[in-house]
Amino acid sequence: MLRIKELVKRYGDEKAVLKNLNLEVPGESVVSIIGASGAGKSTLLRCINRLVEPSSGSIELNGTELTKLEGKALRLARRRIGMVFQGFNLIDRLTVMENVQSGRLGYLPAWRAVTRKYPQEDIDRAFHLMERVGIAHYADKRADELSGGERQRVGVVRALMQEPEILLADEPTASLDPKTSRQIMELLRALASELHLPVLINIHNVNEAKEYTQRIVGMRFGRIIFDGEPTDLNNDAMDEIYAGVPAEERGGAESNTHLREVAAR
Amino acid sequence: MSSTVQSTGRTWKKPPFIANPVLRWGLLIATVAYVWWAMTSLPFDWDRIQDGVPRAIRIFKGAFPPSFIRGELLFDGFMESIKIAIVSTLLGLALSVPIAFASASNIAPKWLYTIGRGVIIVARSFHPVIVAILFVKAVGFGPLAGILTLTVYSIGFVAKMLAERIEEIDWGQVEAIRAAGGATFVTLLYAVIPQIMPRQIGLSIYQLDSNLRASAIVGIVGAGGIGSTLLNAFGRYDYDFALAITLCIIGVILVSEAISGRIRRNLW
Repeated sequence: MLRIKELVKRYGDEKAVLKNLNLEVPGESVVSIIGASGAGKSTLLRCINRLVEPSSGSIELNGTELTKLEGKALRLARRRIGMVFQGFNLIDRLTVMENVQSGRLGYLPAWRAVTRKYPQEDIDRAFHLMERVGIAHYADKRADELSGGERQRVGVVRALMQEPEILLADEPTASLDPKTSRQIMELLRALASELHLPVLINIHNVNEAKEYTQRIVGMRFGRIIFDGEPTDLNNDAMDEIYAGVPAEERGGAESNTHLREVAAR
Repeated sequence: MSSTVQSTGRTWKKPPFIANPVLRWGLLIATVAYVWWAMTSLPFDWDRIQDGVPRAIRIFKGAFPPSFIRGELLFDGFMESIKIAIVSTLLGLALSVPIAFASASNIAPKWLYTIGRGVIIVARSFHPVIVAILFVKAVGFGPLAGILTLTVYSIGFVAKMLAERIEEIDWGQVEAIRAAGGATFVTLLYAVIPQIMPRQIGLSIYQLDSNLRASAIVGIVGAGGIGSTLLNAFGRYDYDFALAITLCIIGVILVSEAISGRIRRNLW
């Protein structure tokens, strides 16, 4: 159970990016967070594992208050929280296996990390998960030799290697083509139910959000203004979330920026 | 939108490099005036220059043909230079890596960054010959002075370039390892080192090459190696031997540059 209360994040003296945000994610639900760019989705996810420091408020994961942790306690908490990134954030020059095992770095003594002497059960688990997502034959390949979809699978396996209590996915499909994007969403949904894992997904593609998740949270200007089932997300709700830009056009513009991002890579 | 468009007779000229005409002409005039003043005020003694020409001719005549009779001395000198170059490169690299991490603004805390950058600035501010003179005075003639000099020289270059590479890394990879709960050391090891590795290897090879070249020069002020051999040859008016040494230095440097260039090209 993830419980966020009165969360505020302010960068410097500027206006708050997150304004007294409250959110509860119980049990093993898969939740989509939608909203225009700059609504604070990414900041919200990064506050949970403290890649971004919250200004005030409380974030509680299965009874542990995360906002006050420092040093070793923070690292122990982070390893319970898996994260999947938009840009994959793999270590390009290391092998797929090393990338996957880097999800265990919070558990390993430094000498094992240095010498790459990973424990047998970690290697077994890595192969098991890599087979599950179909990348086991790439174990010895360098991560930058893989395609986008394959890389994101490595990213997912790396996060799962942490044996996380929650999975955060920050625009996991935004750098992928539509078909691969759907495969990754399907994978996230399937893994969530297999591993009884709550998943929080930031996503631009509203159709994918509706199709693959049971609950949708809409953000605007640092606040949650919609929270409900996909069927509740009607045109009025969409207009409110993406106010100023009609929802359909917004979808079109989104896929354009998506193409540009892919082309820029 | 203009309503009438003139279609012919318009001219175009490339805009001047410096737009402001006062600045453009001012700079030109100042440069010419300075060169004229420098040339007229420096003490050129034409008589001595005239005397020097026949002396130069005598030296070159004495140098031909180059003499390889004392080949053993030549060989020993080179061996010492190579030893100095290799030892100082390894020592310099070992010190450069931590200094580079300390001097990368995205990784090091402010106080450490200041110290690291300070070390690099000091190491870079003197030409190796000047550093060599200091070390020859401090530890005496011989290869130790050469090793210390080139170690400082290596730090100045390798640590600076490496620090700049560290500042350019893809931060997402660091975020990913942090998010997995990696401690600082492990994060550097997994997220930073792989990204800077090609540059590190390239710099190491370049620096070895560069130290070999510099070891010939610092030898001239007494820091050991082939430079010292060359200095002695001149001191004894053995111009033919000196030419042999010079030719060998050119040969060795060409070979080492070709090898290092080829390795670095195939690295990325």
